[in-house]
Amino acid sequence: MKNFLEHTGIEPGRLHFSWISSAESTKFVDVVTKITDEVKMLDPANKKYVKTEPKVD
Amino acid sequence: MTEYTDKIKEISKRVLAEGRVEMVIGFRKGSVPMMNQPHLATSAESVDELVWDSNCGLNLANYITDKKGTIGIIAKGCDSRNIVTHVIENKIKRDQLYIIGVPCTGMIDHHKINAMFDSEILTVEESGDQITISGNGFSETKDKQELLQENCTVCTHRNPVEYDELAGNLVEEQKNVDQYASVTKVESLSADEKWNYFEDLLSPCIRCYACRNACPLCYCPTCFVDESRPQWVGKSQDPTDVKTFHLLRAYHCAGRCTDCGACERACPMGIKIREFTKKLNKDCQELYGWEAGLSLDERPPLDTFKTDDPDEFIK
Ligand code: SF4
Ligand code: SF4
Ligand code: SF4
Repeated sequence: MKNFLEHTGIEPGRLHFSWISSAESTKFVDVVTKITDEVKMLDPANKKYVKTEPKVD
Repeated sequence: MTEYTDKIKEISKRVLAEGRVEMVIGFRKGSVPMMNQPHLATSAESVDELVWDSNCGLNLANYITDKKGTIGIIAKGCDSRNIVTHVIENKIKRDQLYIIGVPCTGMIDHHKINAMFDSEILTVEESGDQITISGNGFSETKDKQELLQENCTVCTHRNPVEYDELAGNLVEEQKNVDQYASVTKVESLSADEKWNYFEDLLSPCIRCYACRNACPLCYCPTCFVDESRPQWVGKSQDPTDVKTFHLLRAYHCAGRCTDCGACERACPMGIKIREFTKKLNKDCQELYGWEAGLSLDERPPLDTFKTDDPDEFIK
C-alpha cells in the first residue's frame, strides 16, 4: 500500500503505518509525536491529495 | 486464431448435447468492428453464432460470478487465470465448469487502430497474422504483432493454465519480455513527476466505471463508489475523487489482477489504467513471488500470513 501510494506521487514521509495495541498508550504517543514532527518538516507545498473547493473553469 | 472457431463450435455442441453443461459462454461478432460481444449459448443453433478471432479481448470470467448450474466457458490464458482466481475466491466451483481452453496469440487494440485512421473503420479482417483494416476509400494490411494490446505484448501466460479440453495446439510462450517496463519507468521519476504523470493519466476520466464493470475481479454486490451510507468517496469529477476511485479500485485488485487488459479495452477514453494494477502486480511478484491465477492450490498473498512477510513499512 505504501509502495503503491508513493508510486503514484504521494511524497515519501507523509504515509506512516504502525501496529499499536489499545494497551500500548506510550507507544501510541511516541509514534504520533514522531509522525507529526516528521510531517511538519516536509514542504507544505507538496500537500497533495487534499480535496479543496471545486475548481471553476 | 480464426481456425479455432470450428473446433469451439464442435466442442460446445458436444458438451451441451451430452448434458455436461447448460450453457457455453463465448464470443459472437459485435455490431461494430473489433468489438466482439460475450455470448451465452444454450442450444446448438446459438452455438453457431460463436466466433473466435483477435477481437475477443474481454474477459469471460466476468460472466461466471456466483452462477448456479453448469457452464462451459471459452478461456484464453488470462481468462483461465481469472477463472482460477474465481474458484479460489469461492465465486464458482471448479466442477461446475467445463473449460474450453484457447491458446492465445494476443488480441488487437481497437484504441490504437482507431487512432491510426482519420475516417471510420468499417471492416477489420484477419488472415493468419495479417490484419486488413478498411473503410470508405482506404484499406490497409498490417502485421498483427504491431496492433496488439499492450498487455498482450508482455503476456507470458498465453496458454490456458486450467482447462478440460483445448480448441487448438498450445502456443509458444513469449520469453524475454519485460512485463513491468512501464512501471520501472515511472518508478525512476521523482515524487512530483509521478504525481503529475498520474494526474495527466486520469484527467480524461469521466467516471463511467466501464473499467470496473469489465473486470472479473470487481464483483462486489455494491461497489464502494456506489455506496451512499456511508459515502466513502465523492461522486464528482474532482481530481481527488477520481484519483480515490482509481487508487482503491486498483488496490482491490492487488494480488488478483491477471493483466488481462479488459479494463483498458473497455475504457471509452483510452486511459491506461493498467499503470496502477501493474505496479501492484510487480510488487506482488517482488515481495511474495506471486502471480495471480496460476494454481488452484495456493492462497493469494493478501489472505495468508507468513512470519517472514516483508514488514519494513510498519513501525
Ligand atoms: S493477455 Fe495473454 S492470454 Fe490474454 S489476450 Fe493477451 S496474449 Fe492472450
Ligand atoms: S484490473 Fe484490468 S487487467 Fe487486471 S484483471 Fe481486472 S480487467 Fe484484467
Ligand atoms: S472506463 Fe475509463 S473513463 Fe470510465 S471510469 Fe474507467 S478510467 Fe474512467
